[in-house]
Amino acid sequence: MDFAPLLGKANFWAYFFIMLTGLYGMAVKRNLVKKIIGLGIFQTAIMLFYVSIGSKEGATIPILTAADAAGRGGIDAAAYINPLPHVLMLTAIVVSVATLGVALALTLRLWRRYGTLEEDEILARLRGDPGGEACTPRS
Amino acid sequence: MRTLTLVALTLTAAFLFRAALDFPAWGDPASPAGLHVSRFFIERSYDDARTPNLVTATLADYRSYDTMFETVVVFCAALACFFIIRAAREACVANVFHYRHAPTGLVLTLRRGCPLPRLRGRFEQIDSEWTPRSVILETVSRGMIPFLQLFAIYVLAHGHYSPGGGFQAGVIFGASYILLAVSHDLRTLTDHVAERTMHLLAAAGVSLYVGIGALALWAGMQFMDYGWMTLAFGMDGPGAHSLGILLVELGVALTVCASLTTIFKLVSSEGTIMEGL
Repeated sequence: MDFAPLLGKANFWAYFFIMLTGLYGMAVKRNLVKKIIGLGIFQTAIMLFYVSIGSKEGATIPILTAADAAGRGGIDAAAYINPLPHVLMLTAIVVSVATLGVALALTLRLWRRYGTLEEDEILARLRGDPGGEACTPRS
Repeated sequence: MRTLTLVALTLTAAFLFRAALDFPAWGDPASPAGLHVSRFFIERSYDDARTPNLVTATLADYRSYDTMFETVVVFCAALACFFIIRAAREACVANVFHYRHAPTGLVLTLRRGCPLPRLRGRFEQIDSEWTPRSVILETVSRGMIPFLQLFAIYVLAHGHYSPGGGFQAGVIFGASYILLAVSHDLRTLTDHVAERTMHLLAAAGVSLYVGIGALALWAGMQFMDYGWMTLAFGMDGPGAHSLGILLVELGVALTVCASLTTIFKLVSSEGTIMEGL
């Protein structure tokens, strides 16, 4: 059996594994911070996937060499890796940090209100005892 | 629930691995992603925008709509953080803080929001989590911060020719502020750059980006066509695009730097911006 076509895609399989790890964390873990960590792992897998799509065998980074920049015409597209996935992921990384901030802010708000970050405890409190702020002083 | 999720994940994994068999091999120059529009970007970007760094040219010129809205997303994330936790700060915070004046050892008791007296030497907050300051940490980070900021400006200004650009520069500049907040305290950071200034910088970055694009409308061109600078500054087309890219990246850097610093300040201090980590 010829394994060469399978091994040529080993990178994609690694990203799928990372992605599913993140998905598992988001779906199964009850703790909200662990869910956020799962989200981060998931995003990392997507970024790796995109950057890997852009790679070309034997090509260099997407910055024109001095010779190509000076020359008239005749830039060989196969000599530079695809800049497009890098552009997309460049913005995605910064946006993922910003959304992480929003997620943490929401988590802080939940912690302040319910005193716990366990999903099932919050749900139980929502159903049974919808009492006010957890940390207001009791009289 | 857990078994159901595992079954669903296994199914997803099976589909993904099957789909991967049809993908082009890793590094294949003829893979579909590298053929159509990407060839155009590689071959034309120097003639169009005189920018050797193809990523910068694609990011801020060919795909400047995308980048504009990504910048808006970062700005909105900072706004969202602000409204989620900053507005509700009154709820659970003690009203009295204790500050130790480092040179004399004097301890002051202040109500929240009262300014500290203008004395020489530093005040540090004393609470149940108070730890003594580390002179080594403060000195080393104080030495590093100017160079971090200089490097961020270099990354911004040299983004046309080397790896870099607005997002990276903004993150590095923001990291220098976060380093200041972590190594000293949040109060030191807000003394250097007021919260209001940070918010104005974030808004100014987005406005600069959108303004550069909107000025093209005034010149009778399409939105985000940097060609209007040929009329305004009398330069050739590719030069105008190159300058447009730089200005737009400056806007991105301002917004990213201010937004990330704001998010850090809010999250680390539970929305009070008084005392953080």
